[in-house]
Amino acid sequence: MTIPQLFFAYFAISTVIMSILMITRKNPVHAVLWMLVLFVHIAALYLFLNAEFLAAIQMIIYAGAVLVLFLFVIMLLNLRKEEGERKYNTFWPVCAGISVIMVVFMLVILRKIEVIPPLGEYSIEKIHTEGSMMSVGKVLYTKYLLPFEIASFILLVAIIGAVILAKRRVE
Amino acid sequence: MVPLSWYVILSSVIFSIGLFGFLARRSLIMMFMSIELMLNSVNISLVAFSHYLQSMTGQILVFFVITVAAAEAAIGLAILIALYRNKPTVKVDEVNILKG
Amino acid sequence: MTKYVLIPLLPLISFIINILFGRRFIKHRAHWVAVPAVAGSFILSLIVFMEVLNGKTQDINLYEWVVSGDFNVSIGFLIDQLSALMMLVVTSISTLIFIYSIGYMHGDGGYYRFFAYLSLFVFSMLMLVMSNNFLLLYFGWEAVGLCSYFLIGFWFHKKSAADAGKKAFIVNRFGDFGFGLGVILTYLTFGTLQYTEVFEKAPLILGQTINFLGSDVGLITIICLLLFCGAVGKSAQIPLHVWLPDAMEGPTPVSALIHAATMVTAGVFMVARCNPLFNLSETAMQTVAVVGGVTAFFAATIALVQNDIKRVIAYSTVSQLGYMFLALGVGAYTAGIFHLYTHAYFKALLFLGSGSVIHALHNEQNMQKMGGLKKYMPITYWTFIMATLSITGIPGFAGFFSKDEILWRTFLGGNLGKFLWILGTGAALLTAFYSWRLIYLTFHGRYRGDEKIHPHESPPVMTVPLIILAIGAVVAGWVGIPPLFAEHGDKIGEFLSPVLGHPEGHGTHAQEIMVMTLSVIVALLGWIIAYNMYIRKPDLALTLGTRFSGLYKLLYNKYWVDELYSITIVRPTLRLAEKVVLGFFDGVIIEGIVNGLPALIDVFSQKFRKIQAGLLSGYALIMTIGAIFIVGLWIFMR
Repeated sequence: MTIPQLFFAYFAISTVIMSILMITRKNPVHAVLWMLVLFVHIAALYLFLNAEFLAAIQMIIYAGAVLVLFLFVIMLLNLRKEEGERKYNTFWPVCAGISVIMVVFMLVILRKIEVIPPLGEYSIEKIHTEGSMMSVGKVLYTKYLLPFEIASFILLVAIIGAVILAKRRVE
Repeated sequence: MVPLSWYVILSSVIFSIGLFGFLARRSLIMMFMSIELMLNSVNISLVAFSHYLQSMTGQILVFFVITVAAAEAAIGLAILIALYRNKPTVKVDEVNILKG
Repeated sequence: MTKYVLIPLLPLISFIINILFGRRFIKHRAHWVAVPAVAGSFILSLIVFMEVLNGKTQDINLYEWVVSGDFNVSIGFLIDQLSALMMLVVTSISTLIFIYSIGYMHGDGGYYRFFAYLSLFVFSMLMLVMSNNFLLLYFGWEAVGLCSYFLIGFWFHKKSAADAGKKAFIVNRFGDFGFGLGVILTYLTFGTLQYTEVFEKAPLILGQTINFLGSDVGLITIICLLLFCGAVGKSAQIPLHVWLPDAMEGPTPVSALIHAATMVTAGVFMVARCNPLFNLSETAMQTVAVVGGVTAFFAATIALVQNDIKRVIAYSTVSQLGYMFLALGVGAYTAGIFHLYTHAYFKALLFLGSGSVIHALHNEQNMQKMGGLKKYMPITYWTFIMATLSITGIPGFAGFFSKDEILWRTFLGGNLGKFLWILGTGAALLTAFYSWRLIYLTFHGRYRGDEKIHPHESPPVMTVPLIILAIGAVVAGWVGIPPLFAEHGDKIGEFLSPVLGHPEGHGTHAQEIMVMTLSVIVALLGWIIAYNMYIRKPDLALTLGTRFSGLYKLLYNKYWVDELYSITIVRPTLRLAEKVVLGFFDGVIIEGIVNGLPALIDVFSQKFRKIQAGLLSGYALIMTIGAIFIVGLWIFMR
């Protein structure tokens, strides 16, 4: 087991454990905090994959914006710990079974991947030379310009929508 | 070298954990968080492929997935707030007026 | 050629205009449309008759009606002596009755409707007599039946009138069923429905038989008998005579036109037209003669004791139609048509006269409540006398010549003929009696009716047609003077012979004079008996009635034929309709399907709607299961 593999093993296992912990919390604030740690670990995984820009983005947006939004809502609605109530549905064994089946299927599909497309041009060395951000920018603003614009549209719609939906009715 | 398959296995596991959380939890907030978890698992997989196929496409896609996930979280929570105003609960099995 | 088309077309146009615009725009002026139309038809018929008199006959196909494989039928006219005579009778009587109706139906709410239906009837009758093929004949046949239904039930608010209309149509349907079968069989046998072609080919199939209910019967006989079924229905012969007395519920002009002069004679016309077919079948002709003779006698017996003035005349019509069929049955087609022609005049006159009486007495129809009207309604009285003299067969009047011809020809018809001749002469005696009884009860003696009604003569629009018809009732017969008296006196027989042939049978002059004298004697005898019973000793009628009360009841109740039909046919059919068709087929099967299908859908949908539990997680679970299912399918089916 080489060093990278060891590090990966740590991050992978902790990610899995934290995600399990996250979804089994009764207190939503606890779950959000676990989610925070989870996102940090995932950002670390991105760093492993030479995607520094994405790691930064992950931290800023997910850990910085989305989680804070969740916390805001939890505080706003004053969601307490669900006292004495069940936290799972009545049919949660079925859901567990479904999830297991899903994992199994995906692993089976993984086994069946035979065709590897030809490698692209952005090798590790090139990314190291240019810098991750430059590489992302070069591809983003040329090949994927239209999706970029549409993504900005989506954000605009989200802003307006969120405001309208959550606005308190003026009596 | 970490083989690609390890990343994909990790992604599948996290995805299914998120799936379980989405299906089984009764609180809407927890369901939203499970959705974010599922999206993140897909991100991991995409970045892994981008790295191993030496193409930037995966990272660009992750960029967009993060954008859309953020937008969707915002709107979903806004809906949650609006729902909470009508009926002060976030339990998903209590909002069943539309049942047949 | 246009004039041939115009003859039925003018009444049709009158019908269309009256029925479409009558209610709003024309209303009480409907006669301005109808009378000129039918008068126009009359003038054109007169012109056509003149042409035919000069020998110009036509057989024209106007329009290809049905073209279906081998089956070709056109709308076409056969203008020969027979149809020209019929057209003349129909249009002339129609014109007079239309004019009469202006007075009779004055003020009625359905005035425009009346003239519309009458015009439609004239159109249908003209199509019937002018057609040159069986299908168009059938069309006219059904159409006159339909118009008869409309007109009998004209005052449809009265239940008895509506019922009578229904009865007429349904009883006619029985006959028309046989008639339809006859037409179909004709087509199957000859491959064509044109008169000329059928009559040409008829002798060729003389010996052929057809298997009917197990035994072989002559093909021609069956065809003729089936066609005759229609005549029995339409012309109210026994056993389908029951609709005609009930048809008196309609307005009197209707009774005069349809049930005296034209529609009921359609059967006679049809048999006469098909004489090449009937001539080939001894059985069919005997059947026709027997039915005619028996009807003539029995209808006359019923007429003896009826109290409703129109019923007496109705049974008289049935009886006279029996005479016509008797003539046709013994082969004397010209005599039958001759009687049809004279009968049209005096019977229409009888009906219109009675209508005049009814109108004057404010719709009183019971003769026991009439009497002494001679001094109030002289024109009606004297025209009535003319008609009665004619129908009873007093020499010099129209009815004498035609009836005498029939009785003479019947006498010559072998043993069956002699028997039928006795029936016919007996019927003549009865005819004389009831006709004079009608006159004495209505016009002589003391007025026995309601005090408040002051009878008066009818307006000229009604009496002028009466006078014209009376003249006809006298002189119409002068075209058929037997050769006994004048060398070429039988003009009508000569005229019709190209179509109807010459009757067979020869007798001596002595026999002929004997027959003639006998019929005059019975006519006078009937008159004298009636005179005695109703003028000299009025209570003789009552005494005889109580002494022979059984016989009286039998006759008064029309031999209980209606009751018999009601028990055996009408009520079982109604019960069948109610219990089986309505109860089972409609109630169980159809209602079961109509109600059961929604109920079934309801049960299923009640089960299905449980799926929508409103639970979000449930929906998500189902979606996920679906996705996994598809993926699994993909994995394991590859």
